[in-house]
Amino acid sequence: MPPPANRRTGSSRRAQYNAFIGYVVGTIGALVGVGLLALHAGNTTILSKLRGVTADATAPAAKVTATSRAAGTSLYDTLTGYFVAGAQNARLQREVALARVRLVQAAAIEDENRRLKAQLHLTAGAWQPVANAWLIASTDSSTRRYAIISAGSAAGVRSGMPVVAPLGLIGRVLETGQKTARVLLITDGESVVPVRRASDGIPAFAIGRPDGSLQLRLISLGINPLKPGDAFVTSGSGGLYSPGTPIAVVMSLTHDGAIARVLASPASSEFVTVQSIWNPVADPTLPPPAEADPRGKPRK
Amino acid sequence: MLSPRLHSGLNRAPLPALAYLTPWLSVVLASAAPGWPFIASAPIMPPLGFLTLLGWRQLHPGLLPVWAGLPLGLVDDLVSGQPAGSGVLLWSLAMLGLEAIELRWPWRNFLIEWAVSAGMIAVYLVVSGLFANGIANIHGSPKGSPGWVVVIAPQIALSIMIYPLVARAVAWLDRFRLTRFRRIRFGQMRFGQTRYRTPR
Repeated sequence: MPPPANRRTGSSRRAQYNAFIGYVVGTIGALVGVGLLALHAGNTTILSKLRGVTADATAPAAKVTATSRAAGTSLYDTLTGYFVAGAQNARLQREVALARVRLVQAAAIEDENRRLKAQLHLTAGAWQPVANAWLIASTDSSTRRYAIISAGSAAGVRSGMPVVAPLGLIGRVLETGQKTARVLLITDGESVVPVRRASDGIPAFAIGRPDGSLQLRLISLGINPLKPGDAFVTSGSGGLYSPGTPIAVVMSLTHDGAIARVLASPASSEFVTVQSIWNPVADPTLPPPAEADPRGKPRK
Repeated sequence: MLSPRLHSGLNRAPLPALAYLTPWLSVVLASAAPGWPFIASAPIMPPLGFLTLLGWRQLHPGLLPVWAGLPLGLVDDLVSGQPAGSGVLLWSLAMLGLEAIELRWPWRNFLIEWAVSAGMIAVYLVVSGLFANGIANIHGSPKGSPGWVVVIAPQIALSIMIYPLVARAVAWLDRFRLTRFRRIRFGQMRFGQTRYRTPR
């Protein structure tokens, strides 16, 4: 293919200047990019206002695709349901029989719990969800893992709040727009969640891996006690994530921990709940903190 | 399928707004749209905004100005999850680079364009990953496994394979952009001219 004729400026001064200015502004664009990157290295909140506005503006279109995504998933479930219905029915009946027994046990435990809490003057149910939202978009083409949810500062969502799906923790709110919020998913490389093994409380950190799984790093070194299939929940240490939210199951072991599969895979979660930031001092179900000063002055 | 014949006729002209805005809007839409269909747990979608920019640049050199990487890259940064400035820098460099390649090798065919785009896509994705993960390490968070280069390898391959489709879509948009929608009524001037009104 020959070069297009209209690209030659010829002897027209105006065309020559236009071409030259194009190159100059193009180079300035590259320099602006370098400048923004340098600013970003010091401060990640740069452009966060603009990002919020953009997310708000694209939210209606993203919501439409989110609903069709949900419809597509449920259609698939309906179709597969016809093929597995018989076996599933038998299995569910067995499970219901077991669950009835467990329910009675749970009612007894709940009753005992209430009596014990009444003795300790504790109150329950202080942690209410802030907002319920759709996961409407994610960064599918970048190596960073963010998602956009359909609730923002108008619904009371603030930066730092944990976001959970019915199956477990998804991430935490990073930036808020008016009607949308940007969530740092737990599978992002920058996300670090303090966790513990559900069975015995061995503490670890869950760090995101680029392939969508989690790296579990044990805090205490030594013989690796983990086994494939171990379930991990958030430990609540350091605040932010309330303790006991399920997060991941161990898949394979490494020398200092394990690789774990995320329980609430963002790909299969449509609805999420934004919780308030867990603050151990403000939790009324916890005993008051020990006094720091031996002379008896209350800690500020 | 819209064909140029559909709205042809001596008394028809393209809509100027459509003719000029279609390239910009299509790139912006292609930047935003990949995040919508599903919530991914790994980078799998091709960077459609960048591919569309390359497509317009290869099909119509000069339709998008050399500085188009600045505004379009900024929009991409807002929706892509990349650190601010990554798209601005890389898209501007891509436009300048394509300009230089065109000056050096003016005669080309689609295979050469595809090869040039493939090189650009691979470099773009690797450097984007470097910006996203390298900058995260400056903040002092524990370094994830260095596996992101391995993770983006399928994405690079998919992006290169899908480029001809994007170029096809851009070519369709180009025909759509120049469709003669506007009807010129009797007594009206030709496209590009305005009626001169005598001041009172």
